[in-house]
Amino acid sequence: MAPILVHDGRAIGGTPIRKGGSLVKIRVTVNGTVHENEVEPRTLLVHYVREALGLTGTNIGCDTSSCGACSLHLNGEAVKSCTVLAVQADGCEVTTIEGMAQGGEMHPMQKAFMENHGLQCGYCTPGMVMAATSLLKENPNPTEEEVRIGLEGNLCRCTGYHNIVKSVLACAAGD
Amino acid sequence: MIPAAFDYVRATSADEAISLIGEHGEDAKFLAGGHSLLPLMKLRLAQPSVLVDIGRVSDLSYIRDAGDHIAIGALTRHMDVERSPLLAEHVPLLAHAAGHVGDPQVRHRGTLGGTIAHADPASDLPATTLALGATYVAQGPNGTREIAAADFYQGFLESALAADEMLTEIRVPKMGGAGWSFQKFNRRAQDWAIVGVAAWRRNGDSGVALVNMGSTPILASSVSGALAQGASIADAAQLAAAEAEPQSDLNASPEYRVHLAKVLVRRALEQASA
Repeated sequence: MAPILVHDGRAIGGTPIRKGGSLVKIRVTVNGTVHENEVEPRTLLVHYVREALGLTGTNIGCDTSSCGACSLHLNGEAVKSCTVLAVQADGCEVTTIEGMAQGGEMHPMQKAFMENHGLQCGYCTPGMVMAATSLLKENPNPTEEEVRIGLEGNLCRCTGYHNIVKSVLACAAGD
Repeated sequence: MIPAAFDYVRATSADEAISLIGEHGEDAKFLAGGHSLLPLMKLRLAQPSVLVDIGRVSDLSYIRDAGDHIAIGALTRHMDVERSPLLAEHVPLLAHAAGHVGDPQVRHRGTLGGTIAHADPASDLPATTLALGATYVAQGPNGTREIAAADFYQGFLESALAADEMLTEIRVPKMGGAGWSFQKFNRRAQDWAIVGVAAWRRNGDSGVALVNMGSTPILASSVSGALAQGASIADAAQLAAAEAEPQSDLNASPEYRVHLAKVLVRRALEQASA
């Protein structure tokens, strides 16, 4: 089992950096594929998916659980992966933005964002899509206000949110 | 940002968690949802050498009718508190306030016991359970004990829990149809309250607690005392900050916080009395 890389690219072998940090074996199903790795306990889930698994669609924005760019699904619910340890995902199912399209077809939420111009620079978009799909799972027919409140954990610095809200409402309506 | 290195152990029961925390000493910390602890660790404000993960102690995630109160397992997530029909019926103030913690992603991970044990005066649910006269149950190596919310908060991020004790249950009295209100004043939806108020009122009885008005959540006893003696809402609200010791930060001066507390307590009492 290959040791993984930590965030700044240093290879971590079997020797902990200081007292503590003994490697822990985890088994995580990501986008339907089972992965087994040894990780340092302090490895954040976002670093695990980006660097150990190479799934760089999940972005790191604020790194302080404010902006929501790193949102992905843990057992079907949106979480901020900068504030979850990879070891906490052991035995769990993770879905990242890469796992949303099925059979070459974009997820309806991705299509709705495209059709409604729900993005400009696109940096917040993976997190927005993951938060929005989690929202619709919990509340399939939200009002505009409920969409705005439901996306309170995701910041966008381009759009003013208008077309993001429009996209989520369009997806909910099946347009 | 990543935390300083630590060792990780996972407990599958409260007994095992308490045994592990005892074994690893004072530098060990419990990890529940991690949404208070991990941010502190990423900033290196906390550097525990061992985390005892209690996030999977699933028999501590429950919401039960226990007669005169609702018993909530410490590892019940905010999202489950927010959505509980039992709490909506008997303790609507707590269910409502839980829906104002952080944002949905945070509420999918954060737990009621975690936020109470963290004892952050700026968090919503320590003050809310204080206003409701909750009792917390702690388990240690020598068994369990009950701690009144009013005796629990001892200083900034300091609680009455011993290092080898774990919060296992929160007991919240049923509100019996009391009027209630939760006021949270902040600049951005997901932020902590600059000042918050949790309040309920039923006939002459009331409970009012303040978020972010001192080093602990603050029970505004003077407000309840004045109401019990027949004071008007406007007059009682003037006493909002009598027990408070607000501090200055980037968001607000102490004077502004006192002003906000009076306004928000008035609004809360008006809503709770409507």
